[in-house]
Amino acid sequence: MPEPLREVIGKVCPLEADDVDTDQIFPAQFLKVIERRGLERYLFYGLRHDEKGNVHGRFVLDRAAFRGARILVAGKNFGIGSSRENAVWALADFGIRCVIASSFGDIFYNNASKNGLLCVRLPNQKVIDLRERAASADLTLSVDLASQTISDGKTTLAFEVEPYIKERLLKGMDDVAFTLENYEAEISEYERRIPRFVIPGNPSSP
Amino acid sequence: MDHNVPTGDRSLAVADEMSSRQMKALTNNAAQFGFTLFDYFSPYQGISHVIGPELGLTIPGITLTCGDSHTSTHGALGALALGIGSSEGEHVFATQSLWLKKPREMAVTLRGRLPHGVTSKDVILSVIRRIGTGGAIGHVVEFGGEATSNFSVEERLTITNMAIEGGARTAIISPDEKVYEYIRGSRFAPSGEDWGEALEQWRSLPSDPGADYDSRADFNLSDLEPQVSWGTNPAMTAGVTESIPSPSEAPSKEDALSLERALKYMGLAPGTRITDIPLDTVFIGSCTNARLSDLTEAARVVKGNRVSRGVRALVVPGSQLVKKNAEALGLDRIFIEAGFEWRNSGCSMCIGMNEDKLSPGERCASTSNRNFENRQGPGGRTHLVSPIMAAAAALHGRFVDTRDVELVNPEELAPGGLNA
Repeated sequence: MPEPLREVIGKVCPLEADDVDTDQIFPAQFLKVIERRGLERYLFYGLRHDEKGNVHGRFVLDRAAFRGARILVAGKNFGIGSSRENAVWALADFGIRCVIASSFGDIFYNNASKNGLLCVRLPNQKVIDLRERAASADLTLSVDLASQTISDGKTTLAFEVEPYIKERLLKGMDDVAFTLENYEAEISEYERRIPRFVIPGNPSSP
Repeated sequence: MDHNVPTGDRSLAVADEMSSRQMKALTNNAAQFGFTLFDYFSPYQGISHVIGPELGLTIPGITLTCGDSHTSTHGALGALALGIGSSEGEHVFATQSLWLKKPREMAVTLRGRLPHGVTSKDVILSVIRRIGTGGAIGHVVEFGGEATSNFSVEERLTITNMAIEGGARTAIISPDEKVYEYIRGSRFAPSGEDWGEALEQWRSLPSDPGADYDSRADFNLSDLEPQVSWGTNPAMTAGVTESIPSPSEAPSKEDALSLERALKYMGLAPGTRITDIPLDTVFIGSCTNARLSDLTEAARVVKGNRVSRGVRALVVPGSQLVKKNAEALGLDRIFIEAGFEWRNSGCSMCIGMNEDKLSPGERCASTSNRNFENRQGPGGRTHLVSPIMAAAAALHGRFVDTRDVELVNPEELAPGGLNA
């Protein structure tokens, strides 16, 4: 069950790239790892490592100025592509609690909401502004989910979030328990009405 | 079992220890919880998005989920098919339901008739090129129009497969008689009295004429060129007579940066003609283009020819059933005699998590769906194309205009085969 998430306060790391797909965030060769923890070492693996597999330190998350960042500001279409939830787990394991972008891949966005990672959509120009500020000087932001605002201590930006995702993140809700506690009877009733032809398991002869 | 399986000799032990462990974990889970598993040795083993439709497990009107983004494929049969993550998968197993925000709807209308040598793969690449990688975010894309109706079910599967590359939540096509015929008689298809009941329900499913959509896009296919991706996402695609674009002509600083980075990764210079790009690898396979009709189209190009010197070319059927049916038609001999490798089923070189992958700097014409950095193996360079373009590229060692390529008549493809 994820921890409740009310606000994220932390250093901002700028990732100046559009279309950051989940193959970049978590390369396919590590999908065979069946554990769910300790995945930070595979995060952005191809971008962070040299040919010998050593961290070269030039990738933005590894630079001294952004060490310990909790908020990642990217560009358009962050997290598109493969449905691998490992991309979310690796970001969370690395310490990222919030990603700000102008748009997100749908599956990544849903996966993040199940794992206490807050995805914030802002208009593209606002995303670019934040990224440029973070790149030129230390930037710490406070992202408050309850009031749906981002603050740098002086100015405040509002953002939209789907009510059902907000509620789940704020409460750290366990979706399975929530569904079974509230909807088990409806689901069973629906299953009684499903026509027989929908259920496979009566294979015709081979 | 598709992403991680080797596609070589199935009588040998799986050499990769992590793959072997992952396969065992799945086998044990299936046995423990009473699931049917089409495992490594099953005659029905294959890529999930190939075997679902071919075994009659994917049928119109159902909601279907799979922990893979290309689940949109199944929408070609009129199923609402959703690619989901692990947590959502757990929720489906535990509750048989899924929390879903009602998606917006986008109608993509395909009109006109494709020229000779241009395929449904070229159609979906050109759609993504126009709408962009995020163009359909938050939407279910419904493909319609007379060109969609004219496509075979397998041609449609290629289109819905790649809708996710335009950001779509999923894709769907109104089912029709071609779909019902495709399903009829397959291993898990409704049979007996159930068949009539199923047909009655399925015929009530198609979208109403004049239905309302949140957005629309129209495409005329009559002048479409064969398409080749040149960059590091599927929207970075050009017609075969075009050249690599220049960052100096990009509309914004961000676009110029993306373009520069893509060209650096791909090792391509602005202005290079698509037909001048030399290749060392050709991959015909994946959930996009490894069904029997895809392999047949490729074989129509390959028959009687030889793979170009220095090119490694692979054919990886989408399922063991596709492989068996292709062998019955003699397609395996056509490919092997031309110098292709003929392998067992799996995701293979579409995704660098099994033994089939590119080495750094290798350049591949691939019938798969993603040209992301490192997708086919660290440092590998991917060009997404149709099966006939991949076949022609294998013979020439570079891309050619497939509108000029002669295709052997299907009847002459395999004398003595099933259709003889």
